[in-house]
Amino acid sequence: MIDFFPPALALVGGAIVGGIARGSVRQAVFLLAPLLTLWGIWQVPDGVIVTTEFLGYTIEPLQGSPLRRLFATIFAFMAFVGTLFAFRQAKWYELSAAHLYAAGAVGVSFAGDLITLFLFWELMAIFSTVVVWCGGGARARAAGIRYATIHLLGGVILKVGIEGIMVHTGSIEIQAIPLDTFDAWMVLIGVLINVAAPPLSAWLADAYPNSSPTGSVFLSAFTTKTAILALILLFPGAGILVPIGLVMIFYGIVMALLENDVRRILAYSIVNQVGFMVCAVGIGTEMALNGAAAHAFAHIIYKALLFMSAGVVVYRTGENLCSNLGGLYRTMPVTAICGIIGALAISSFPLTSGFTTKSMISEAAMLEHMSVVYFLLAAASAGVFLHAGIKFPWFVFFQKDSGLRPKDAPWNMSAAMIIMAAACILLGVFPGPLYELLPYPVDYVPYKAGKVVFYLQLLLFSGLAFFLLLPWMQRTMTITLDVDWLWRRALPAFWEGCARLIGVVRQHVTRAILGFGRRAGGRLMDVLGPSGTLGRSWQIGTTALWVALMLATYVTVYYL
Amino acid sequence: MSRPDDDHWLSRPTTVRKLWWAFAVLLALTVLVQIVFPVDGHFGADGWFGFAAVFGFGACVIMVFFAKALGMLLKRPDDYYDD
Repeated sequence: MIDFFPPALALVGGAIVGGIARGSVRQAVFLLAPLLTLWGIWQVPDGVIVTTEFLGYTIEPLQGSPLRRLFATIFAFMAFVGTLFAFRQAKWYELSAAHLYAAGAVGVSFAGDLITLFLFWELMAIFSTVVVWCGGGARARAAGIRYATIHLLGGVILKVGIEGIMVHTGSIEIQAIPLDTFDAWMVLIGVLINVAAPPLSAWLADAYPNSSPTGSVFLSAFTTKTAILALILLFPGAGILVPIGLVMIFYGIVMALLENDVRRILAYSIVNQVGFMVCAVGIGTEMALNGAAAHAFAHIIYKALLFMSAGVVVYRTGENLCSNLGGLYRTMPVTAICGIIGALAISSFPLTSGFTTKSMISEAAMLEHMSVVYFLLAAASAGVFLHAGIKFPWFVFFQKDSGLRPKDAPWNMSAAMIIMAAACILLGVFPGPLYELLPYPVDYVPYKAGKVVFYLQLLLFSGLAFFLLLPWMQRTMTITLDVDWLWRRALPAFWEGCARLIGVVRQHVTRAILGFGRRAGGRLMDVLGPSGTLGRSWQIGTTALWVALMLATYVTVYYL
Repeated sequence: MSRPDDDHWLSRPTTVRKLWWAFAVLLALTVLVQIVFPVDGHFGADGWFGFAAVFGFGACVIMVFFAKALGMLLKRPDDYYDD
C-alpha cells in the first residue's frame, strides 16, 4: 500500500499532537510539522502513487506532478513561515486549525480524483472557518458563520457537479473538463466561489479582516490558491475565465480604493491578484498557465508578507483603520520596510517576485494578440500600485502622525517577515529556480530593457497620480457596501417584510374568523341564550299550548 | 501635522520638498530613458514615446474617479452593520 509518507499527514498529526502537548514541545511540534510536510512533498514522484477502492470508484489520494508539487510546496512553506509568525502570539487552537487548513490545501494539491479533492476541499472550509472564529468577538463569530455558509453552499454546488460527472461519465479522474454539460458548470461554479469570483466574492473581504492578526496571514494563502490549482487542472483555456478574471481585477482595485480598514484593503487586493491568475487560466496557453502557477507562488509570499505587516500593526496598536493610523515608520522600521517590499512585489516592481511572475501573464496575452486583455492588464497593474502598492504603506506608515508610537514586531514576527521579504526579492532577482519548477518549459526572459522601461513608467506615473489625487484618496469613517449587503441586509429585510406581511394577513384572517364567530355566536345567543327564543322561561299557558300541539302531532303521526 | 517632539528627518518639510524633487527627476528619467532603450510595442501604441506614463497616469485617474462616484452610491457609516 503506502510505502512512503503522505505529506498532508504531518500537518494533521502536528495539529493533533500540538493540541495535546504543552509549552515548548507544542511550539516545536507546530514549527516542525510544516517542515516535515515540505520534505514529504518532495518525496512524491510523478504519477498516481496510491490507489484504493471506495463505493466501486478508484480513489487516488496521492498523485504527483510538477504543478501539484509546486502548489503543495508553497502551501507547506507558507504554513511554516505563518507558524513562525504566529507561534508565540496565537492561541494553540488557532495554530491547530491553521495546520488542518493547510493540510487540506496540500491534500487538494495531490488529489488524483474528484472525491479526494472534495474531501480536502471541505476540510479546508471547516478549519478556515475555525481560523476566522479565532478572531474572537461578536463580529468574528458572525463573519465566520457567513463565511461558512458561503463555503458550504459552494461545497454543495461542487458536489452536485462531481456526482453528475460520476454518474454520467463513470470517471472521477481529475482532468480537463469541457464546459458543455450542466455537471461541468456546477464544478466550475463551485470552484469559482472559492476563487472569490463575483457575484459571491464578498465573503473574502468580509471574513479575513475579522480574523485575528495572525489568522489573516494563514487565510490569505490557501483557499483562493487551491481553487486556482483546481482551475488549472480542470478548466485550462476555458474562455469564460478571461472576463471573470478581468472583472475580479477591477472590482478588487475599486473596492480597495474606497476602503478604510487596512486588512480589508489587502483582502480586496487578493481578489484583484487572483483575478490575474483566473484570467491567465482562461487564456490557457502554456505560457499563461505557467504564469498563473508562478504568480500564485509569488502571490502567496508577498500577500502573506503584507498581511504580516498589517497584522503586526493591528497586534501592536489594536487599530484597523487607515484614518486612525499613520506615521508608524518612526517606531516600526522593520515592519514598515517589510511591508513596503511586499507592496512593491504586489505591484510587480522590477526586481521583485511580482515582476518576474505576473508579467508572464501579460506576455501570454500579448502572444495571443489579445490587445484588449493586454491593455486592461496594464491598466490594472497601474491600479494595483495605486490601491495596494502605495496606499497600504502610505496610510499605515506615513501619511500624518497619528501620535501612535508602538513597539516594532516581536522577534518571531520580524523573522517571518524578513524571510518573506527576502523571498520576494530573491524570486525577483533570480527567477530561474522558480521557472524550473513550473509545469511547462519556460522560454521567457523577464528583464528586457524596453519592458522594464515600460513598467517603470507605468508604475511611477501611477505613483504620481496617487499623490496628486491624494485629497480624493483620504479615508473616511465609512464602509462600502459590497454584495454581502444582499445577505446581510436585503435578505433579512425581505424576510422581515414577508413576516410582517404574513402577520398582517394573519391578523385580518383572525379578525374575520373571530368576527364571524362572534356574529354566529350572537345569533345562537339570540335563540338559545338566557333571554333567547328557546332559552327564556315561558308562561304556563304558552307551554301548555305547545305541549298540546306536540301531542296532537304525535297522535296524528302514530295513527297514519 | 507633526508633534512638537517629532523631529524625524523624514517628516521635516525640507526633506519632503527634496523627495518631491527627486521623484520628479525620476519620473522624467524613466520617460527619457526610452530614447536609449526603446519599448518594442507589440500592438503599436504601446511602443509610442511615453505611452506607459500617460496610460498609467490616465488609468489611475479614471479608476480613482470611478471609485469616488461609486463611493457616493455605496458608502455608509462604518457602524452600518452593527445592530
